[in-house]
Amino acid sequence: MSEKTTLQVHPHNPYAAGEAQASLNTLGMWVFLTTEVMFFGGLFTGYMILRLLYADTFAEASRHLDLIAGAVNTFILLTSSFSMALSVRAARLGKNFALFFFLFITIMLGTAFLGIKFYEYYLKFQEGLIPTASFVYEGENPGQARLFFSLYFIMTGLHAVHMIIGIFILSIAALMALFKRFSETRYAPIETIGLYWHFVDLVWIFLFPLLYLIDRT
Amino acid sequence: MERHITPFRTYLLVYLSLILLLAATVGAAFLDLGFLNLIITLAIASVKALLVILYFMHVRESEPATKLFVIAGFIWLIILMGLTLTDYLTRCS
Amino acid sequence: MSTIALERFRENYLNASHTAKSWLLTRDHKRIAVLYVIAITLFFFVGGFTAVLFRLELLTPQSDLVSPETYNRLFTLHGVIMVWFFLIPAVPTVLGNFLVPLMIGARDMAYPTLNLASWYVFMIGGIITFGAVLWGGVDTGWTFYTPYSSQYSNGAVIIAIVGVFIAGFSSIFTAINIIVTTHKLRAPGMTWSRLPLFIWSNYATSVILILATPVLAITLLLLAFERVFGIGIFDPALGGDPVLFQHLFWFYSHPAVYIMILPSMGIISELVAAFTRRRIFGYTFVALASLGIAIISFLVWGHHMFVAGQSAYASAVFSGLSFLVAIPSAIKVFNWTATMYKGSISFETPMLYALGFIGLFTVGGLTGLYVAAMALDVHVHDTYFIVAHFHYIMVGASVMGYMGGLHYWWPKISGRMYPEWWGRVSAALIFFGFNLTFFPQFILGYLGMPRRYATYPDEFQVYNVMSTAGASILAVGYVLPLIYFLWSMRRAPTAPPNPWGASGLEWTVSSPPPVENFAEIPVVTAEAYTFGPETLEDEREDDTTSPPP
Repeated sequence: MSEKTTLQVHPHNPYAAGEAQASLNTLGMWVFLTTEVMFFGGLFTGYMILRLLYADTFAEASRHLDLIAGAVNTFILLTSSFSMALSVRAARLGKNFALFFFLFITIMLGTAFLGIKFYEYYLKFQEGLIPTASFVYEGENPGQARLFFSLYFIMTGLHAVHMIIGIFILSIAALMALFKRFSETRYAPIETIGLYWHFVDLVWIFLFPLLYLIDRT
Repeated sequence: MERHITPFRTYLLVYLSLILLLAATVGAAFLDLGFLNLIITLAIASVKALLVILYFMHVRESEPATKLFVIAGFIWLIILMGLTLTDYLTRCS
Repeated sequence: MSTIALERFRENYLNASHTAKSWLLTRDHKRIAVLYVIAITLFFFVGGFTAVLFRLELLTPQSDLVSPETYNRLFTLHGVIMVWFFLIPAVPTVLGNFLVPLMIGARDMAYPTLNLASWYVFMIGGIITFGAVLWGGVDTGWTFYTPYSSQYSNGAVIIAIVGVFIAGFSSIFTAINIIVTTHKLRAPGMTWSRLPLFIWSNYATSVILILATPVLAITLLLLAFERVFGIGIFDPALGGDPVLFQHLFWFYSHPAVYIMILPSMGIISELVAAFTRRRIFGYTFVALASLGIAIISFLVWGHHMFVAGQSAYASAVFSGLSFLVAIPSAIKVFNWTATMYKGSISFETPMLYALGFIGLFTVGGLTGLYVAAMALDVHVHDTYFIVAHFHYIMVGASVMGYMGGLHYWWPKISGRMYPEWWGRVSAALIFFGFNLTFFPQFILGYLGMPRRYATYPDEFQVYNVMSTAGASILAVGYVLPLIYFLWSMRRAPTAPPNPWGASGLEWTVSSPPPVENFAEIPVVTAEAYTFGPETLEDEREDDTTSPPP
């Protein structure tokens, strides 16, 4: 038991110290994730209102998004959540190399996601759909479509920023795992990072259908 | 507190379910069900989210305090969206 | 517990080390609280100075001291600083940081490094916001309403937004610490129902901080995008809605006002208990009322938008819900009063502030009910009636609670007693000055004087002169404690561990406390606010049923 904390520890549970620290950090990370829910939530609220007002144009503008790219990216991110869960499992078992392996997979998948995302942004730039002064839209309500694309870029852009931060932190964790810094009694940081990564996946789980799948009939 | 090591099989089943649901949501977008489209989209996304939260994020075996904050976040999101809608759904224009 | 006079020579958190590094890189929650009190005090006096300037301007109906453009920048800066850099952080970061671990029997907060980071983030946010002042100031009002802030204002809006955005993270970090610490680090036997009400209040405040602050963050971010890229989400010409900004802004800012009052309510519970030497009447109701206020505070934001273009139906819903939020506040006021009935009341400085709080909060709260009623609000919205209403709560209640808490815990924090006579004089000056400043503003608002105007019709001058006179007395009342608190650190008598004979774990350690807070983590067996011959120590010796620490 560390000097600074007064966590109750069961003397007969050899994993107690690691679990106590993990449970402390888990609660803290979930409290932080609650702030992230409300942060993206404000954005989703704005999206909801504007989609309510301009339903048809939003549906039409949504069809300009590359469905394959979005679906593949969703598949990639879900798989990265799977590998992240396996990382956490490896950490709890104290298996540093397996931990490194699964973290590496997660990082690779995350990077692939970002690659596809930025490629999509590039395509939009070529089509003139970036909502700056040079926005061109051939539909009936270019103003409303511009609102859609503004939301698209802000929502996916903020999501991408969170992913970049996540990949950065995962890389540090992977390096630490390579140097065998984790064990069955010291795995709390991986749990915490895992929660963050899964959360970023959760946001995309809602972003994808709301932006890409409004109406593909 | 018992040490919880979720079996690999559980993670695999959850992952496969998520992929299945992804296929379902993409497929549903090609069907014209009017108003139901949105409901189905949100329902599928919610189930996927629930799977990630309960199994990948281990909320199923977490403490009551953690569960409380998970639920609170989503309830508060509903409050933000719902009460804002009371304005936009009742405007004369 | 040792009460020997030689205690002051023992190492405590203040004299443990004197290097700058030991202060600037500290993880000790007590030192972080001191770092915060210095910053908060600085911001308070800067915000106060802007008020001095515009109150001087308002002595005459014409805009003669400053131009209207400068006037707009002054009241904006006043709001931005007082809201985000004084009222929201003050109690949780100063008294909360210092006392939460002590009151629950812990050695520190759950995340000491995060705690230190929160102070640096706060300072960075503050410096950037000052940068906005140097870059020409902001004239939008602290509420940054669109489309003025997004399209027409030529002030340093983006810089100010960035400063506030960053400061918001500081709040979130503090809130995470308070929540996790309260859940996880309570001493053995310290059940939720034995917690001091100050903890309940800070916990409820932290919950609001977690749920509300992020929405402000995204709102400010969207405003920045609107201003820089013209995305159009708040611009009617581009299909957007300026009222959407207000929905998102007030979703945070209304709960924010409860962030500003709840911790002070927690202080009042402590002060009333200590200076009537009784357990707070209806402890459970007061504790639950804190949570009730936190929850209901999120359901009422539309009452700021009755005349903004919100639908009448939504306005009616928000109006009704706003009446509801008065109930838990009233429950607290009744319980404090009931505690005092037949109690053994003494009138030291902290109690004077507590009594002032209860009276002024009642006025502010009742006038809140007046303006929750749409029929009245459509007339007094954007007038001085509103200004008076919220200053009765923010200054009359919230700041007085903070002052009361500072005085009450000053012996614990500094190890010195403040001079009691000067304390009472300052409290009286503040109470009198406050009422002279703000009561005339109720009349002004009712008579129709709009807020945020540099000029006004001649017939309003007499009330404005009264208000400015009051403000000058109030200023003296605030400057005096600054002087005597600083004076006391060198010249005042040292303080014993429990100068007030109060109950609570923080009074069982030396003044100032040792670095590690407790030599041994205490085992708690008594309810909060136990007064009488039995001390915690005696009960602990007799208790053989709790597990050893």
